[in-house]
Amino acid sequence: MLNSKIPAGPLDTKWVNYKNTCKLVNPANKRSLEIIVIGTGLAGASAAAALGELGYKVKTFCFQDSPRRAHSIAAQGGINAAKNYQNDGDSTYRLFYDTIKGGDYRAREGNVHRLAEVSANIIDQCVAQGVPFAREYGGLLSNRSFGGTQVQRTFYAAGQTGQQLLIGAYQALERQIALGNVTQYSRHEMLDIVMIDGKARGIIARNLITGELERHFGHAVLLCTGGYGNVFYLSTNAMGSNVTAAWKAHKLGALFANPCFTQIHPTCIPVSGDHQSKLTLMSESLRNDGRIWVPKKQGDNRKSIDIPEEERDYYLERRYPAFGNLVPRDVASRAAKERCDAGYGVGTSKQAVYLDFAAAIQRYGKIEAGKRGIEADAATITQMGKDVVKEKYGNLFDMYAKITGENPYEEPMRIYPAVHYTMGGLWVDYELMTNIPGLYSLGEANFSDHGANRLGASALMQGLADGYFVIPYTIGNYLADEIRTKAIPTDHPAFADAESKVRDRIHMLMNIKGTKTVESFHKRLGKIMWDKCGMARNAEGLKQAIKEIQQLKNEFWSDVRIPGEINEMNPELDKANRVADFIELGELMCLDALNREESCGGHFREEHQTEDGEALRHDDKYMYVSAWEMKGDHDWQLHKEDLNYEVVKPSQRSYK
Amino acid sequence: MTFKQMFTSSIGKKLVMGLTGLFLISFLIIHVSINACIFADLFNPDDNGQMFNKAAHFMGSTVLIRILEVGLMAGILLHIIQGYMLMLQNKQKRSVGYDVPMGNAGSKWYSRSMGLLGTLLLLFFILHFSHFWVPARFTHAGLDMPVNYNGVDMHDMFTLMKVTFSELWIVIAYIIGCISLFWHLMHGFQSAFRTVGVSNNRYLSLLNNIGVGFSLIVSLLFASMPIAMYLGWIG
Amino acid sequence: MEHKNINVKLKVWRQKNSNDKGSFETYDAKNISQEMSFLEMFDVLNEELIGEGKDPIAFDHDCREGICGMCSMYINGRPHGPWEANTTCQLHMRAFNEGDTIVVEPWRANSFPVIKDLMVDRTAFDRIIQAGGYISVNTGNAVDANALPVDKAKADAAFAAAACIGCGACVAACKNSSAMLFVSAKVAHLNQLPQGEPEKNTRVLNMVAQMDKEGFGACTNTGACEAVCPKEISLTNIARLNAEYAVASLSATK
Repeated sequence: MLNSKIPAGPLDTKWVNYKNTCKLVNPANKRSLEIIVIGTGLAGASAAAALGELGYKVKTFCFQDSPRRAHSIAAQGGINAAKNYQNDGDSTYRLFYDTIKGGDYRAREGNVHRLAEVSANIIDQCVAQGVPFAREYGGLLSNRSFGGTQVQRTFYAAGQTGQQLLIGAYQALERQIALGNVTQYSRHEMLDIVMIDGKARGIIARNLITGELERHFGHAVLLCTGGYGNVFYLSTNAMGSNVTAAWKAHKLGALFANPCFTQIHPTCIPVSGDHQSKLTLMSESLRNDGRIWVPKKQGDNRKSIDIPEEERDYYLERRYPAFGNLVPRDVASRAAKERCDAGYGVGTSKQAVYLDFAAAIQRYGKIEAGKRGIEADAATITQMGKDVVKEKYGNLFDMYAKITGENPYEEPMRIYPAVHYTMGGLWVDYELMTNIPGLYSLGEANFSDHGANRLGASALMQGLADGYFVIPYTIGNYLADEIRTKAIPTDHPAFADAESKVRDRIHMLMNIKGTKTVESFHKRLGKIMWDKCGMARNAEGLKQAIKEIQQLKNEFWSDVRIPGEINEMNPELDKANRVADFIELGELMCLDALNREESCGGHFREEHQTEDGEALRHDDKYMYVSAWEMKGDHDWQLHKEDLNYEVVKPSQRSYK
Repeated sequence: MTFKQMFTSSIGKKLVMGLTGLFLISFLIIHVSINACIFADLFNPDDNGQMFNKAAHFMGSTVLIRILEVGLMAGILLHIIQGYMLMLQNKQKRSVGYDVPMGNAGSKWYSRSMGLLGTLLLLFFILHFSHFWVPARFTHAGLDMPVNYNGVDMHDMFTLMKVTFSELWIVIAYIIGCISLFWHLMHGFQSAFRTVGVSNNRYLSLLNNIGVGFSLIVSLLFASMPIAMYLGWIG
Repeated sequence: MEHKNINVKLKVWRQKNSNDKGSFETYDAKNISQEMSFLEMFDVLNEELIGEGKDPIAFDHDCREGICGMCSMYINGRPHGPWEANTTCQLHMRAFNEGDTIVVEPWRANSFPVIKDLMVDRTAFDRIIQAGGYISVNTGNAVDANALPVDKAKADAAFAAAACIGCGACVAACKNSSAMLFVSAKVAHLNQLPQGEPEKNTRVLNMVAQMDKEGFGACTNTGACEAVCPKEISLTNIARLNAEYAVASLSATK
């Protein structure tokens, strides 16, 4: 049943051949073809801009007040591209290989190779748009190594790469709006997809200011709605990030792939109390210079600076001498959890480890003294070292100081892993189309490119690749057959049915008039997910989680309290709609995690580990994509898409 | 982009304010230099206002300067009218104000009070014009006794000043005028350069310092004139 | 870090919708940990309000890490509250003391009409960008990224201006409700790069025209915008914009 439509032929010619042979739509016909884009992050904004440029009639929707707010903006580190500007041996193949390996051999070769191929075009396009990437004194682009790669292929704009890329895409989008090719609907949330004759033909959206429901027709619908990390309540996602659009698609029959693959980012600021609403990431680039450690003694309550060098356990350097502090995210995260669970955690919560810059400060101080050719005393060296560190990471250090009230120049940062990215998402084929004709999914919302774990600086790459360089070709292949379909008037019964379904659900939610707030349910869901479907999972815990989530769902639908009215700005109602979907998703994630009896990438099953606690894959049994079809309440059917590795030979990852 | 569009846009209007402001600043230099001639008296007891009267006569009798004077008046009027219009328009951009005003967090009181300071200056100008400019150009009130230097009759502006500044309230009014001028210039000087587009930080900070010096020197010099006359240090 | 809990009084602007007149309401926020962010304090308060059957306070927020520009709030007479170079979401309760009264108002400017309580409509900023805040390059048109070297100083200056998050604090702080810092930051970002050069003049003219049309006030260089800008966008950008505007309008041929 699952046809991934990967083109035949050698890996490095698949995309070229596809582009050479896919159907095209002539310019006159493009003008009468309408496309709906949900979400305006990197994937959505770039897709809407690129499709607008081609001449399609595009409508974009976002729940924020402007497309520029999408959470892509928060990405700090950078964007990978196989440019090999540094002459250090990078190539399309290496980027492809690193991505496949980093994803622990659970991604499609064809998709990933295409991603690596278009990565270079992304940088060209962004520079042309005026994205101010970091540059060398000669005026050429600067690169850094990121997330444990051995080549320097990451382009960056200080710690604000995501912001600059999103603003670039946003500006391209606004230009298309000015040209009349795109219409923007902000403060709108998509609440259902309209299906006519088995194809996605439009959406029902709620105007979040007035509460009105609106009907919008499209020959195709693109879901670019990001990841679902907020199912954990606490994550590095924005407060509004949600799964609702993808979940509506799933309920209409779109398959949800690898939902249990979530990435836990190792360097986040730890939770400070029950009031915590979100977690803040400290860029991975900090691991280039910071050393991670815990005390050698369990429950050591001394202050960090009072613990002498020989009583510190630099556990990453100890366990992984080759990669040290730069092991991939999943490995670093699990190692931190392992130390804290074993009683070596630090801080008041004991759920944190130290990220220490003292050594880097000394090292940079000495280099600086050498550069200036001065015999400096210890204090001067420290000061010069601090200045260098400030220049490199100043904004991150400031952010840390603001949030914690501690000075990271004087004492080590406390960090702990937090949910960051979701590799899973809507199942899509090579053309980024879900199994529902005309319904596409781009960026983090789909599952396609990162396998079981995403490498640093690859999310931005994928979002923009999908939007700028993939969908403009693949959507033509579908729409070429739609040129005879006239725009369907929104008084069509399918629109009316979908709208009344949405209306009924909203009324149902508002009429529960229970006693507990939406937030309280979300928190409880998050706790279940984090405890039992988080960094480490086991069959018993997952089974229990499923039961608890099912109970939570019943309780939600009988006891939630939503204040306010339907026909007004009502953020609590918006949130209730989203949390209701998160609850259902949570159950599916646990189901998927339970089904996948192996450890790979971000998915770690305690039953499946090597003797020294590393992830143990079972390629013989689980070399497939789990694509789940919803059959009814608490009822899913698993479809398997086998992964065929024609070029890369899967091996056990080793970072030792 | 017609010239009308250019000068009626928000930046264009400010450009008018900045250019007229700079023009008025350059006039202040001439005005204060000529008036400073009254202090010749301090160094040469026989001067008796001669230097000042001659300078004033030169200004009043030279055709080119009389033409420039028309430009000056136009500049003052434009600066005043545009200033008031901008102030009113800017006020209308926020119909509901804040309960807690920002106050001095982030901006200087005099930067926010250019309208008020300008109004004080306008009131002062009315007084000042009626004391000197109107008599000198039109009514000749208080100037019926010309002085004669080297065979040329000219207005005895020096005596007119002495008479005018013998009244305490007028001296106080002039001092208030000079204080208003000081604060108006403290913002206006550097702001005018920003508005006409000086955007090099090095020059901006230089101009900032020059602006403070200029405001201080010009205002002090002007203020010292009525004081010196009232206290009888001169003449 | 020492953990301390405090009690504060909140005086918050409540307004049901854009047609409502609105007024202040006072709330007690009790036992607030100083480790909370300002918005988390609002979360706690809202949970209590819902529990009491009252309408929670609506406010804009999203990323809560100081980069999306969604959060607003004019706190005790200052956009984004008392801390320098900060957004409301990054403001923490350490900034306040036991017994403080905190007055919270929405951004005030006619170009930013209130939608509900502390939420305002900032779509005017989108329309200003639509007027010219971009470089006209279609996808696929680009040459190799390193084909055109960019003077590092200029690239850095462009980046500093591009750090703007479009929150609107500059407008909220300006006594004239001027959007000049926002507009000048975008112009400084794009016009300083060689890629932005060809559209330099039309960009300035069109963006300023749109800014005026949206009803923002004129700049009087008071510097309040720069003082409250979470990303420390420099006032010098405005002077640059003035110069570019003058050049663009004088060199226009029509």
